[in-house]
Amino acid sequence: VKGAMDDDVAEADIISTVEFNHTGELLATGDKGGRVVIFQQEPESKNQPQCRGEYNVYSTFQSHEPEFDYLKSLEIEEKINKIRWLPQKNAAQFLLSTNDKTIKLWKISERDKRPEGYNLKEEDGRYRDPNSVTTLRVPVLRPMDLMVEASPRRVFANAHTYHINSISVNSDHETYLSADDLRINLWHLEITDRSFNIVDIKPANMEELTEVITAAEFHPDQCNTFVYSSSKGTIRLCDMRASALCDQHAKMFEEPEDPNNRSFFSEIISSISDVKFSHSGRYMMTRDYLSVKIWDLNMETRPVETYQVHEYLRSKLCSLYENDCIFDKFECCWNELKLDPKQLLMIVCFHSVVMTGSYNNFFRMFDRDYRQDVTFEASRENSKPRSVLKPRKISTGGKRKKDEISVDSLDFNKKILHTAWHPLDNIIAVATTNNLYIFQDKLN
Amino acid sequence: MEVSAEAKRIMVVALGKLYSSRTQRGGLRLHRSLLLTLVMKSARDIYHAAQTTAESMEEEQPSEVKMTTEASGTQELQGPASLPHLAADADAQGDAQNQDSSCLSGPPHHTRKRRGKATAEPDFLPCKKAKLEYGTAQQLIVSSVLVDYANCCSELGPSPSPIPLQTVIAAC
Repeated sequence: VKGAMDDDVAEADIISTVEFNHTGELLATGDKGGRVVIFQQEPESKNQPQCRGEYNVYSTFQSHEPEFDYLKSLEIEEKINKIRWLPQKNAAQFLLSTNDKTIKLWKISERDKRPEGYNLKEEDGRYRDPNSVTTLRVPVLRPMDLMVEASPRRVFANAHTYHINSISVNSDHETYLSADDLRINLWHLEITDRSFNIVDIKPANMEELTEVITAAEFHPDQCNTFVYSSSKGTIRLCDMRASALCDQHAKMFEEPEDPNNRSFFSEIISSISDVKFSHSGRYMMTRDYLSVKIWDLNMETRPVETYQVHEYLRSKLCSLYENDCIFDKFECCWNELKLDPKQLLMIVCFHSVVMTGSYNNFFRMFDRDYRQDVTFEASRENSKPRSVLKPRKISTGGKRKKDEISVDSLDFNKKILHTAWHPLDNIIAVATTNNLYIFQDKLN
Repeated sequence: MEVSAEAKRIMVVALGKLYSSRTQRGGLRLHRSLLLTLVMKSARDIYHAAQTTAESMEEEQPSEVKMTTEASGTQELQGPASLPHLAADADAQGDAQNQDSSCLSGPPHHTRKRRGKATAEPDFLPCKKAKLEYGTAQQLIVSSVLVDYANCCSELGPSPSPIPLQTVIAAC
């Protein structure tokens, strides 16, 4: 468990995004104070071959600062909305981090050697008296304690009028998209003074606004394809080859509303808060307030699977609306488990599992193949190192069984909005308000 | 009526949230403002539908171009097609007298400008806030061209008036 033990949560420490890099060795978190903390997995020790390495802090840096837009008299929050890693090309690691208005490309590099033996400078940096220099020597590189440096390499600014909610790196590794409430822009990683607008749903008359963009992601393999989700519960798939401005979607995924479930809050709970492609690119997953849906890209009329995350909240929507919880944006993730090319073993029995968070520090996993679901709680009491997480149950009906938790005793201030799954292993990272929990499955 | 009381409460809460979001750090959130406006409109339609089944038809005055919303002593919503926040303004003023709505009893005036959308979209102009005085009878000319949405909402209950929802908006 990473993070402070206090009950008083400093607002700046609230974790706002969690993301593994492509090998899973590094885990980045962003918080409301604009900081990025990167954890690195320790190499497996020979003493304990059953346990994978622990994650320890590798680098911490301030990515974004609060800014003030003088023209509009608005403060721009420094909260990190999303972090996305770039695939590694050389010794350094690169990640994109974004707040509401500006995206930054950070380079994280290690330095473990430093030059020693300068002619004109002492070791501490003071300049030597030139008269005292009698011999010439060549500086040599000597090992030093590992230092991890983060430096901003690019700043992509001033391209979004509205608040950025998503960034997604393209499979071409050269471009990426950034999406705000009404527009999606395409950037080249090398070019900061220009971006192309590829989606614009702003109506001519803002009075006519009926939906906003809530999330966007590039297809994992096809560099011309991306999807974006809306507050109306629809997902549009766009092909950039069709035209420069992708206002016309190639496909639109929408499930007709169930008239039995109609309520005052139907619009709010149908708003999609996250969209993620499966690794294969054949499926995509969406998260709305009460459910997770799996869509087959070949079928636009309805999802192929729907999982209820916390259906017991449907009768409580009014109070969740009053305490603002109904506006919470939960994320979801797949178990990636790509076939590591270095591994010679084929993974014969491969379950597809999806994970998402809930309230009371619960998070849920849905096994798509076995049709099972499980609820876990991320709390300090339940998560001693090496202990096994016990599944939790929520009692919905009249009689509450022992060990079950009643809906009324759920703590709605403790919410898990951000979760991430290691790309190559069964390790998950789960963020509560200000703590990060890392769980791994027990190897037999 | 249960439904109409709940609808009114939802509208009042939405107004309060919209109002307080103006002072939020980071500026107006378009998504949140839109959802609140949609909830308010949905609640308003349901409230209105519930009212028309209870009230007599004479109190509904459909007009083709101009609609007036008047603050009345009772809590009826007048003018079926006024924009949610303006109708709710009129309603809320009636409400404030009768309910302990802590959200609204404080500030007596509301901005006429769209809370969620236009004020979040100040491309190059600073936000202008026009004020609506509490207690004065409003002769407002309001408009909304959300025909599709209105059609959807009308499925929730009997449509209050047979005319299409076309009204003129208050220029701010």
